[in-house]
Amino acid sequence: MDLILFVIFAVLAVACAVSLVVQKHPIGSALSLIGVMGSLAILYLLLGAEFIAAVQLIVYAGAIMVLFVFVIMLLNTGAETATGRSWPSRLLGIPLITIFLGLLAFILQRMAPSMGMVRFGAFNTGAKEIGRSLFTTYLLPFEVTSVLVLIAILGAIVLARKEID
Amino acid sequence: MPQLNAVPLSWYLILSAILFTLGVAGFLFRRNIITVFMSIELMLNAVNLSFVAFSHQLRQIDGQIFTFFVMVVAAAEAAVGLAIILTVFKNRQTLSIDEVDSLKN
Repeated sequence: MDLILFVIFAVLAVACAVSLVVQKHPIGSALSLIGVMGSLAILYLLLGAEFIAAVQLIVYAGAIMVLFVFVIMLLNTGAETATGRSWPSRLLGIPLITIFLGLLAFILQRMAPSMGMVRFGAFNTGAKEIGRSLFTTYLLPFEVTSVLVLIAILGAIVLARKEID
Repeated sequence: MPQLNAVPLSWYLILSAILFTLGVAGFLFRRNIITVFMSIELMLNAVNLSFVAFSHQLRQIDGQIFTFFVMVVAAAEAAVGLAIILTVFKNRQTLSIDEVDSLKN
């Protein structure tokens, strides 16, 4: 059952990611990215990370993607047009990306015998364990993150406001 | 025939590698600044999957904490990045990254 669910949602995630890269209009890419994030949330559940799966759906697919879709709607730019000035990335990019993926797959295959199996229920963590770890071991990074978010809010407001004379 | 109730960890990592590579491909080949930005989010998601998979493998929660921090940073980055995109569009009326090349000249 685990294997079937993994294969279904892994194939869905890869299909949506390919669709993100090949779509011509940004709104199609945004909807594909929501598909990737939903599939990844199911995979997180299979890995026993309940809290991360919920946050993935609420923060990523919910908040961040709504922001993206809202900006696409606001700018209303239409499909992208090729300018022909980016030929080096096409010429070099495809072979280099293939080599990169091949190397990653090779290393993972070399590592594979030492890695175990993932069974659902072997290691389930909810909000309780995450919260305990966040407020004991990782208390300082957590507090620093709140400062980062505050700075991001201020930066976004300063950048996006209208100039007042 | 593999067992139906267990998935090898390497499959999760290979899926993560495939998603990351697709993110790199989108980053290199797309010309729309918003799509390039979404490719970066795809790469962050791929790395998150690796973190959670290793967290399960090592029976430690630290990987999930890292995923949590990556999500927070991604949210902050999306807010600031989209504000920058809005400003670029307001000043230049284009979203093509080939047109935004003031630093080159």
